[in-house]
Amino acid sequence: MARPDVEEVELELFVRALKLRHGYDFGEYARASFRRRVNALLQGIGCETIGELTARVLRDDALLPKVIAGLSVPVSEMFRDPAVFRKLRDEVLPLLASYPHINIWQAGCAFGQEVYSLAILLEEAGLYDRTQIYATDFSDAAIARAQEGIFPAREARLYSENYLAAGGAHSLADYYHARYDLITIDAALKRNVTFANHNLVCDGVFCEAHLILCRNVLIYFTDSLQNHVLELFRDSLVRSGFLCLGTRENIAFARAAQNFRAIDPRLRIFQLAQR
Amino acid sequence: MKRRIDLVAIGCSAGGLRALHTLFAGLDRRFPLPLVAVCHTGSDDVSLLCELLARSATLPVDEATERTSPLPGRIYVAPSGYHLLLGRDGRFALSAEARVGFARPSIDVWFESASAACGGRVAGIVLTGANSDGADGLARIRERGGIAIVQEPSDAEVDVMPAAALAAAGADHCLPLAQIAPLLNRLFVE
Repeated sequence: MARPDVEEVELELFVRALKLRHGYDFGEYARASFRRRVNALLQGIGCETIGELTARVLRDDALLPKVIAGLSVPVSEMFRDPAVFRKLRDEVLPLLASYPHINIWQAGCAFGQEVYSLAILLEEAGLYDRTQIYATDFSDAAIARAQEGIFPAREARLYSENYLAAGGAHSLADYYHARYDLITIDAALKRNVTFANHNLVCDGVFCEAHLILCRNVLIYFTDSLQNHVLELFRDSLVRSGFLCLGTRENIAFARAAQNFRAIDPRLRIFQLAQR
Repeated sequence: MKRRIDLVAIGCSAGGLRALHTLFAGLDRRFPLPLVAVCHTGSDDVSLLCELLARSATLPVDEATERTSPLPGRIYVAPSGYHLLLGRDGRFALSAEARVGFARPSIDVWFESASAACGGRVAGIVLTGANSDGADGLARIRERGGIAIVQEPSDAEVDVMPAAALAAAGADHCLPLAQIAPLLNRLFVE
């Protein structure tokens, strides 16, 4: 009786086209926010309808990176939710300090703001020289931006406030160079970061991590994909390893949530439970 | 003839907290629909806001939680720092995408997605505020056959938001704040 509206059908066909032609599967992305990003993409690329975008992305491979970049959500800030970073500094890093070598996986690194926040945290805790950070994203465009570590100078004030609220020991300005209207992260902070393309939808375990940060990524996934990724994290963590999600994420509907014990339920910091 | 409505969506900004107090204090305890408010507060702690509102509200007030469904006879407030959306499955979804018109949560985003998810069966309310967020969203609600209610600008603490909503969407009901809860009771309580 209820006929789906034409945009709903177009969206379905767009998702099918990306999967069949390009191997990117957005079928398990939460539709409400995905639909918004697709509509924003229409404006950015100059298409009237999703149908038109589908036709173009089928034929024009050069358009794909732009589409993928548009469908990922690269918005973050340094030390977003300072209380989370303070908690990591005060309670998680001291436990990680007992390992001779520390692996941290940031899944969904976007433009890198959190990678560098983490590197600063580790540097100030005296742990950075024995830490390897793997920063991954499924968008090559995002990874390239993250590697550059260049951010608008107008963001610097917010980042600095966050850094201090997170318990930063110095001044954030010690870690970047300001030039014109840009700030560039100090190259020394990049020394132990490896950037790589990894798609949580289809790629598997690739490191043994002591801590995984994946903040505000699973909010774009359906329950079943969320569960799949939590299983991937479970399988990637060392015994008693830590997982840090976004502060408003809800994993109550995922079966794999039983593998994690919240060490701070409000800040969504979890530890792998004994198997 | 009552139009079928699944959900009441509310948007407000400057002066919004006081307005929400008045609105929520006047609702019938048997109110049969969920009410979901997006209020630009600038505060990180929406749980505190919920507690404050709960003191005068006739219905329970909670923060809108990702992946849960809004329930009848309950009030929800959007968390700050995220856009609030409603999925086709009737559950809340969040997005940390860029601000829309300097706002996150954006009232436009919420109105638009709630109206799409409910097949138009949404009553949208725009109250006091100092920007035009919510105007486009209210227009979408009306286009899809929902009900638009706007606080009379002269009655609002800040008139910009309701005036922008009236200009963009018009309204099925435009009235002073004190009369909005009684209107909702009349429209929706059997």
